[in-house]
Amino acid sequence: MAERSFVKEVQQLRIGAGEEFRGEGILAITKALLEAGVGYVGGYQGAPISHLMDVLADAQDILAELGVRYEANASEAAAAAMLAASVHYPIRGAVAFKSTVGTNVASDALANLASGGVTGGALVIVGEDYGEGSSIMQERSHAFAMKSQIWLLDPRPNLPSMVQAVHDGFELSEASNTPVMLEVRIRACHVHGRFTAKDNVPPPLSVRDALKNPQRKTDRIVLPPAAFKHEQEKVTERWPAAVKFIRERGLNEFFGPKSAKTGIVLQGGMYNTVIRALQRLGLANVHGDTAIPLYVLNVTYPLIDQEFLDFCRDKDAVLVVEEGQPAYIEQAFGAMLYKSGAVTKLIGKDVLPPAGEYTGAAMLDGISSFLKDFDPSLLQAKDRAPNKPTPDSYGEDLTKTVPVRPPGFCTGCPERPIFAAMKLVEQEMGPHQIAADIGCHLFSIMPPFEIGGTTMGFGLGPASNAAFDGGGERRPISILGDGGFWHNGLTSSIGNAVYNKSDGVVMIVDNYYSAATGGQDILSSRAENKSKSTQHSIESAVRGVGVKWVRQIDRTYDVTKVRDTLKDALTTDAEGPKVIIASSECMLNRQRRERPVRAKTMRDGGRVEVPKFGVDEDVCTGDHACMRLSGCPSLTMKKLDDPLRDDPVAAIDESCVGCGNCGEVADAAVLCPSFYRADTVHNPGRFESWAARQSARLIGWLQARRESRRLRFGDAA
Amino acid sequence: MIDAAIRNFTATAGQDQTEGIIKVAVLAVGGQGGGVLTDWIVDVAERNGYHAQSTSVPGVAQRTGATIYYVEMMPATEREPVFALMPAPGDVDVLVAAEIMEAGRAITRGFVTPDRTTLIASNHRMYAVSEKIVPGDGRADVDVVLRSAQQASRHFVCFPMDSIAVETRSHISACLLGGLAGSGALPFSKESFEETIRAAGRGVEASLRAFDRAYAAATGEAEATESAPPVSADPQEPVTGPRRMLVRWSALNARIADLPEPVRDIARRGVRKVVDYQDPDYGDDYLDAVERAALADSRAGGASHGFAYARTLAKYLANAMAYDDVIRVADLKVRSARFRRVRDHAGASDGNLLRITEFMHPGAAEICGLMPWRIGAAVEARPGLYRLVDRLVNRGRRIRTDSLLPFLSLYYVGGLRRWRRGTLRHRREKAHWESWIDRAQTALRLDYAFAVEILTCRRLVKGYSDTHARSLSKFDRVLDGADLVAGRPDAADWVRRLREAALADEKGEALDGALATIRSFIDDSVPGATN
Repeated sequence: MAERSFVKEVQQLRIGAGEEFRGEGILAITKALLEAGVGYVGGYQGAPISHLMDVLADAQDILAELGVRYEANASEAAAAAMLAASVHYPIRGAVAFKSTVGTNVASDALANLASGGVTGGALVIVGEDYGEGSSIMQERSHAFAMKSQIWLLDPRPNLPSMVQAVHDGFELSEASNTPVMLEVRIRACHVHGRFTAKDNVPPPLSVRDALKNPQRKTDRIVLPPAAFKHEQEKVTERWPAAVKFIRERGLNEFFGPKSAKTGIVLQGGMYNTVIRALQRLGLANVHGDTAIPLYVLNVTYPLIDQEFLDFCRDKDAVLVVEEGQPAYIEQAFGAMLYKSGAVTKLIGKDVLPPAGEYTGAAMLDGISSFLKDFDPSLLQAKDRAPNKPTPDSYGEDLTKTVPVRPPGFCTGCPERPIFAAMKLVEQEMGPHQIAADIGCHLFSIMPPFEIGGTTMGFGLGPASNAAFDGGGERRPISILGDGGFWHNGLTSSIGNAVYNKSDGVVMIVDNYYSAATGGQDILSSRAENKSKSTQHSIESAVRGVGVKWVRQIDRTYDVTKVRDTLKDALTTDAEGPKVIIASSECMLNRQRRERPVRAKTMRDGGRVEVPKFGVDEDVCTGDHACMRLSGCPSLTMKKLDDPLRDDPVAAIDESCVGCGNCGEVADAAVLCPSFYRADTVHNPGRFESWAARQSARLIGWLQARRESRRLRFGDAA
Repeated sequence: MIDAAIRNFTATAGQDQTEGIIKVAVLAVGGQGGGVLTDWIVDVAERNGYHAQSTSVPGVAQRTGATIYYVEMMPATEREPVFALMPAPGDVDVLVAAEIMEAGRAITRGFVTPDRTTLIASNHRMYAVSEKIVPGDGRADVDVVLRSAQQASRHFVCFPMDSIAVETRSHISACLLGGLAGSGALPFSKESFEETIRAAGRGVEASLRAFDRAYAAATGEAEATESAPPVSADPQEPVTGPRRMLVRWSALNARIADLPEPVRDIARRGVRKVVDYQDPDYGDDYLDAVERAALADSRAGGASHGFAYARTLAKYLANAMAYDDVIRVADLKVRSARFRRVRDHAGASDGNLLRITEFMHPGAAEICGLMPWRIGAAVEARPGLYRLVDRLVNRGRRIRTDSLLPFLSLYYVGGLRRWRRGTLRHRREKAHWESWIDRAQTALRLDYAFAVEILTCRRLVKGYSDTHARSLSKFDRVLDGADLVAGRPDAADWVRRLREAALADEKGEALDGALATIRSFIDDSVPGATN
């Protein structure tokens, strides 16, 4: 079950024509899919479209009512491959995943899909994880669209435009027999807005009905000579069909005056940022009416030569707003202008950042600079030569004071003790070659652990240590999460290690979910899932592909055990890969699951134990060794009001969930006796209470006896 | 609604068209409920007939890290406005920071400007990992941020929202909403904010309590702009105990009264600490050393230095004499006041039972330290025997101090106090602090500031077992470094730098660097010149 539930929100997916839909971008896109008569949906979770998968999962009943098949695919490759259903059958299909990492994984299937072409509309919704808050390498989906010839939509980031893009995308796909990619940026996915809904449409041909009458056409299958034909078709038939559809249907938009000295061409996704810059310069009003002509590319591939050249006619200069690099669009426009002999000046990355996110500040600077050169009459003196305030012009420079706050393990995370144990092993046996993987566990590369040197892709941790498989003085170690394991790791990493007789150690971090993407279930999840098959153990899978040395740890918080098991793996004489599976439930999900149950039991008078850790501040000496093995948000510091003590001592705050890491680490690393665990027993049993009272009485008597014989200072008695 | 119609707009050069839009940015740490707050803000706006749009940057990049939410709103018109998806520097009306360093981050990003921004911040701290892993005090300076926030903002609303959240058993998001409502930065009534909380339907009562308290704090109805400074425990507070002990205590106080005035306060705290640690005789031992230091200090002209030498000695000698051994830990763990503290921390009420588990991990070193010194030293000198002792004792022990038998074991160990002076550990500790004092006293004849710095180096000694051993080695290395620079005019400064370097990181890399620097300039000068 996912971290965020959309059970309430998905009810809006049922609303009919004319009603107003309110909510987030991804929810609007889901509604649009249903309005467009989609026959099957799927995908793989990952920011920023994780919630789209969660919405689909929570909307399964509604999908089933309409006869729409929902698949939580094993990977982006599996999701893209599912679009094969639209090759021969006139069924609309949509899959969603994170780009560009997901598109990388999917590209084999996408290329095959694009080669043979589609009959039913095929829509690939890619969530662009680019700019602030991104968790991946910064690349563009645009390259994938170009290399496989998939049309790329980049709608304006408001709900009506995104919904329209879904409808247009399916039609464009069918009109040109080409799959279509719908790109939504991170903020657009979660933008809160509204649009007027249409009725949901059941698919004219459902996938279930399609099985009654199987179809195949040899010339749609990717194998020469058909493949050579596909390549020709792409440029002679599908491209012109797409251009015709895009022009006739006016998918790209023009705003502002018909003629002017200058104009701006922009990706649809950049629209709001461009408008904001114009608004601030007094060149557009709050509704987006603009004094500068805009050519908004809701379709960024293919580009429509004629539209662009018409837009440039009579203009001295045109600014291309294209986020990211390489500047494919700007380059294409340059070629169009040159070939047509036009003299319009083309400006782009000259005034806008050559790489990186186009923030509000970058856009304002870029557009001001463009207008200063080509139409300064539009600018007021202050904008022509702006006096930019620097952040520190208001007081002191804080950049050295404010600490960086990168993401890290949550309070009580079961992965923390695994890396604490690894750090202890490194302290004892020296540093090792360690390859990391994708997932929450990648936070191990940050302080305080600083473990892991590379991350090569989802499920590729052990594979990325392959060069070291032959072994050496110290065994190489690699990390693999349960999500990565089922995505790709079982074959690419574990199978690879077995076959190549790897001498390495693999630490599989199993937290029962695809946790980093929001806690979706996977094959090895322990939860019962009414529509998916779970509880398939990683251990059996690993043994199934031939690993002989496997150790299963069922409580990662046992730091001593994790440490000793890892030491054992690093020193055993056993041949082949040494695999440790360290399993404990993701604490976010566990708390979400247990808290309501616990609260109810407590209310109903049932016996409940609530654990919490604490630090004896008199015993703590403030050396923070515990924090260097933890980094837990709830293990924090406190400055004592005691002039005799210089350094802040450790303290545990309200957010502690009593996971046990503090005590285990203090024990395993032989740190200090400051930690204690306090278990509060609510609604204790009668015998238990009686026994506790007797103990307490005797203990109280002993305490009073000793304390009466010594000097007592206030509270420190 | 695709609004593709071409509408003409005449340029109004320089006239910002977004003045009717209210721009609100929320900077929070992942897990603080920034998303809930954002939803509430949108709801309040819509409730008041505004168009509102919010954006966020969710995903794994947000887990416990700094994150940002953004809302724009304006009175509803028939046509939809075009809002921005992210805040721009110099263009934010309301900045809500859920932690004070996040307010600092907002200032560095240019989101807080004196011409327009109302800054609403909680002044509490959530320490970043980079601050926590420093062996010394790595906490960032809050005062600098508070000063900058005053200067950079048009209106600064700041109070301890986390403590309000804890006291009302709610979340900081409700306090932030209260702060926002109370700041008057949004043109909406208090009631409409409250309706929003009610409409959300979860934890309504607690949220409303937190909202109310925060609202009052923001409007200045309740005095809560600064958390009250913690009351300093008065070293002269009434002391209780058996009569003969109280007589001894008065005698100790009389000795303190004879010390130079600047030394008295710290000496009083020091005596209290060592008497609590051992007994009144120990207090006399302590004061003997402090008196000797005060005398030496006077002779060295300490009056003009505020008796810094004697004060520093009084401070660190108390810590040195109250070293952390097994007896000390056991004694502290079984006290009744400590039981009460644990109960408070756990939030247990009268009807609840409380179980307390201690995590102890003694090794042979601790056990030998506990033995009479001749026996302890003899065991240590025989590796086979030492290993045997280690095998017998060295394992993690979970001790349930709330139940009688485990309590008795700690109670017994705590009672070994009166034998402490004969233990191996005591003999070692005593030798260590005596040689430290000797060293400082020798230095005092040479250079007053240098001697004070040498005393202050005692701060480096802390922790248990391996951490303690590492801290002792750092202490030794810093004092060796002090020997190298002794006699130079900037010797005191160098010792301070060495000490700070030693506290900067765990492995002592900064210290190695600082020592290498010293060696480089010592080697450049005439060999033997410093000897």
